Amino acid sequence: MVTSLDTTDSVGMPVPAPSVPGGGRRRNRPGTQLIVGAALIALVALVALVSLVWTPYDPVATVASDRLQFPSAAHWFGTDRFGRDVFSAVMVGSQITLIVGFIAVGIAVVIGVPLGILAGMRPGRLGNLVMRGNDILLAFPGLLLAIVFGAVFGAGTVTAMVALGIGSIPAFARVARSGTLQVMKTDYVFAARAANRSEFRIALRHVLPNISGMIVVQCSVNFGIAVLAEAGLSFLGLGTMPPTPSWGRMLQESQQFLGSHDYLAMAPGIAIAVAVLGFNLLGDGLRDRFDPKMRSNR
Amino acid sequence: MARRLLSSLGQFLATLLVATALIFVMLRVMPGDPAVVALGINATPEALAQWRTEYGTDQSLALQYLQWMGGLVRGDFGTSYVTSQDLSPLIADRVQVTLILVGLSMVVALLVAVPLGVLAAVRHRYPSGVVLSGISQVGVAVPNFLVGVLLVAVFAVHLGWFPSGGWVAPSDDPVQFLRRLVLPVIALGSVQAAIITRYVRSAVLEIMREDFLRTARAKGLTKGAALVRHGLRNAGVPVVTIVGVQLAAMLIGSVVIERVFVIPGLGSLLVDSVGNRDLLAVQAIVAVLVLLVIVINLLVDLAYTVLDPRLRKAA
Amino acid sequence: MTSTDFAVDVRGLTVAAGATTLVDDVTFRIAPGEKVGLIGESGSGKSVTSTAVMGLLPDTLTTSGSVTVAGSDDNLLGRSDARLAKLRGSAMSMVFQEPMTALNPLMRVGRQVAEIMTIHGTASASEAGRRAVELLADVGLPNPAESAMAYPHQLSGGQRQRVMLAMALANDPALLVCDEPTTALDVTVQKQVLDLVLRSVTQRGTGLLFITHDLAVVASVCERVLVMNRGVVVEEGPIETVFTRPKHPYTRGLLAASDLTATDADGRLFTIATAAGYDPSRLSASEPGVDEQPAVLGVAAPAPDRPTTESAASPAPIVSVRGLTKTYVRSRSGLFGRAARVDALRGLDFDIHEGERFGIVGESGSGKSTLLRILSGLDQPTSGEVNVVGTSLRGAKEKDLGELRRALQIVFQDPMGSLDPRMSVGDIVAEPLLNPANLRSGLAASPAERRRLVAEMLDHVGLPATSVERFPHEFSGGQRQRISIARALVCRPRVLVADEPVSALDVSVRAQVLNLLADLVDEYGLTLVFVSHDLGVVRHLCDRVAVMRDGEIVETGPTKRLYESPTHDYTRQLVLATPTLQHTLEHA
Repeated sequence: MVTSLDTTDSVGMPVPAPSVPGGGRRRNRPGTQLIVGAALIALVALVALVSLVWTPYDPVATVASDRLQFPSAAHWFGTDRFGRDVFSAVMVGSQITLIVGFIAVGIAVVIGVPLGILAGMRPGRLGNLVMRGNDILLAFPGLLLAIVFGAVFGAGTVTAMVALGIGSIPAFARVARSGTLQVMKTDYVFAARAANRSEFRIALRHVLPNISGMIVVQCSVNFGIAVLAEAGLSFLGLGTMPPTPSWGRMLQESQQFLGSHDYLAMAPGIAIAVAVLGFNLLGDGLRDRFDPKMRSNR
Repeated sequence: MARRLLSSLGQFLATLLVATALIFVMLRVMPGDPAVVALGINATPEALAQWRTEYGTDQSLALQYLQWMGGLVRGDFGTSYVTSQDLSPLIADRVQVTLILVGLSMVVALLVAVPLGVLAAVRHRYPSGVVLSGISQVGVAVPNFLVGVLLVAVFAVHLGWFPSGGWVAPSDDPVQFLRRLVLPVIALGSVQAAIITRYVRSAVLEIMREDFLRTARAKGLTKGAALVRHGLRNAGVPVVTIVGVQLAAMLIGSVVIERVFVIPGLGSLLVDSVGNRDLLAVQAIVAVLVLLVIVINLLVDLAYTVLDPRLRKAA
Repeated sequence: MTSTDFAVDVRGLTVAAGATTLVDDVTFRIAPGEKVGLIGESGSGKSVTSTAVMGLLPDTLTTSGSVTVAGSDDNLLGRSDARLAKLRGSAMSMVFQEPMTALNPLMRVGRQVAEIMTIHGTASASEAGRRAVELLADVGLPNPAESAMAYPHQLSGGQRQRVMLAMALANDPALLVCDEPTTALDVTVQKQVLDLVLRSVTQRGTGLLFITHDLAVVASVCERVLVMNRGVVVEEGPIETVFTRPKHPYTRGLLAASDLTATDADGRLFTIATAAGYDPSRLSASEPGVDEQPAVLGVAAPAPDRPTTESAASPAPIVSVRGLTKTYVRSRSGLFGRAARVDALRGLDFDIHEGERFGIVGESGSGKSTLLRILSGLDQPTSGEVNVVGTSLRGAKEKDLGELRRALQIVFQDPMGSLDPRMSVGDIVAEPLLNPANLRSGLAASPAERRRLVAEMLDHVGLPATSVERFPHEFSGGQRQRISIARALVCRPRVLVADEPVSALDVSVRAQVLNLLADLVDEYGLTLVFVSHDLGVVRHLCDRVAVMRDGEIVETGPTKRLYESPTHDYTRQLVLATPTLQHTLEHA
């Protein structure tokens, strides 16, 4: 019985976003940052995958006659003091970098996000308690935790990953909580409650999809942080243990040949920078994509 | 206002209490008897027992914690189990070095980053802004120890302009003190500058979209003047946040730079103590670092109150 | 300032963003002291026009034509920002829509007012401070000296708009531009601010360009009006002429859709499409034509065949509220914070009977939203008895509310925020069917049955079947409200609660959504609880109205009685403050 629709509210036609003078056009442009970031990460991931099955040389084989050779056609990035091929080591080093990043971010997401959602959905006593705990954890930066864990459990890749992961929990809990608080204020959550959906369903169906963008951005950012921290730890000798190749330790070992064999520092240094840059660019690119949406849904 | 201060202070103390307890518990689960670590595996049971009584490790954990806390309040960190050194003067000395390094680097970073960040935001549609933004993006991705290593290679080894490392107390020789600081401060500060530039840029970009900036322009201010008079202080709030976060990160992160430049800071001491399995020293250093981090967070909290009148009302 | 015969002269103004033309060849002139309104719906280009006049357009837009203000001889378009800045705030100034964000939150308002004088050198620093306090007194801020020391967050929305006005008038500009200055304010505050604007510009002989979507507001402020649609001025002339004898169909449509007292032969509101049957001359009482439609002049005509619920003595009310209070205790902040108590509702008593259309009217802070949340079982009463469709809400646990939520559904205000952007329309509309109480009752127990019901419902609210797969952002505001209505009605509730469902919509769409709501309420035999700040909308739709203020109901009664002879002062104030086209034109 509803009469046919009238002109201005014509049905079925997608409506173009209202034209805001000057702003808003960024959204539609494919983000350069996103593309470059994704490309860099794809490069690192590809190198890691290839290194699983093939490297030019055995990265840990020492060849006394090939010590400290400058980059050449045979050894693209030269060789180190034991005659090991630097290019092969850089290739294999990408594995550790990615694994540490994945596990550290994974731990932080798996623990931090549910805590943050819980704190956001129960803003009362429980939420306060969670956030106080978070504040305390915030006083222990990941790198410090890693050093302490190294002292307690022995240094190594696993210790570093776990410590960096725990150290990143507060960042994720905060992001998840603030996103959840925003979502819980929306009318669509009220509508879901009026439809008698359980809290768990609301968390799963409404909160999580709507904060996922922010969390993906945070993942990307923290991935970069974890890569940097792992390199720093290995540089200190508290991260990945020899003989497993690691970019941070290669940098540290290069130190004594500074001035004569600078390429030893350049190769792992650039590798670290490329990986971190990739994740940072990806994070920025994703933020540009997700944030305006988050904002417009207020 | 007073209530907010009190509340911040209360939270600060509570955090401190829980954090120190955590540190204590964490390090006590460290495998190995500190007495054995100190005296070696060949020590007689009597000697071990005597050592335990002397250092109080035979008492209950709670009591040990209380004793340790009591010491902390008086500024007494105890005596190292390994080196038998009095930890308090040692730590005080090292803290000073780290604070000088970190503080100076942050000042340099801010002096560079604030103008560059504002410029990158104001000119974000122009090539200069894009280039600035790109440089800072790359800068963020470079680890500070790589910058340190490269600086040493170029300015110490090749050019010989600056010493490659070491530390001279300012009271001994101010000139040498400064010369030795140049490279580490650049290494630590440049990466921070890149990070802060990005945050300043995005904070200013955000502010530039605010209605009150349009109001300021409608009052007869040019874009630039409106930004300076009305925008910068508003952009200050997020920037203060990131400066706090970065200061905390630098305190710990300077560990690596101290290694590169052979600087006897708190971080070096921490890494050495971990290597020596010097339980009490690690415990003390971690406590100091955590205290510093919490103090920074408290200061950031207070800075908000100063910057933003909306927070001054008793919340 | 040189004396000219105009405050602003705009010729052939065209503004484009890339290939899209936002404003197309707009020409108008405002004489000193003249008050000109610019009306249009969202996206009509009215704000772009005002921004261009102020020289505040972003550089990314291309402009052509000319804008000249009194006191400067040449075209403002294409001038450098530095040269424009000299005119902004002195020759012309502006009051913006959002009082909450238009002032610098970190600066005392006195200084913000004084600044506009020091920028243009019209007063020394100390003099400007003194003048600022005087100006704040002029615009009616209480304790002007104290107010000058306040930060924006310490002032109410109305007070902030007064500060904006003080600022705008400080240098006696030739032109004042007001962009929806009262849209964000309550009606009573709106009236005060409008009166102030009128008085100020009249006293000073300032030319006024007043931008709004609200025809009644424009009629009460301006002498002349420009009607904009899609970047083009479609009609212009004296208010009286344009509003009673519109030439352009769009103007007629706007008038028809704005006039909530007029209905067509079926008792439905006019929309832009049906506006041909609308006679605008009825707006002015002295004009002929009123007699031709006597029935529609009074209280909105209820559908003719609907029984009057007043007399329909249903045994028990469907909603019954006794002694309802709600007190919020804001949680202590930190260790030493003190808990703050807010009395949102202070003892409400009322009944709503089956089939009734019950309106709840109140301004912001009146407690109407809190009441609505309690009625919907989304919040707990602090004390008192609330019984909705047989469920007692006092102390009810979430799991006890299944039945209530089967029988009561809500349509929300914000068409953007009430639909989950990550869910397809089909899932959104199906959500209430997943209520365990509905599943138990056998309604739509199977996915196929749910899909059928959703499709049927979408068709019923006038959305195509393909909508199921689509996402909310693909729909316009009015369409989103249709989705929202479909979601509310898909589980066949007995009570429909509507929370300002049309206040975020353009007038032309508003009429359509109100018609749809009225039709569905009749068809499903719903009890409607309609919450609004807009007296006109409530008057059109409801049989009985409760007026709320500060957490209390000050007056309840049949709509007609309440509007025509309010017994409570506040109700009278509200009715008087609400601008209606008819009223303003009659007294023009």
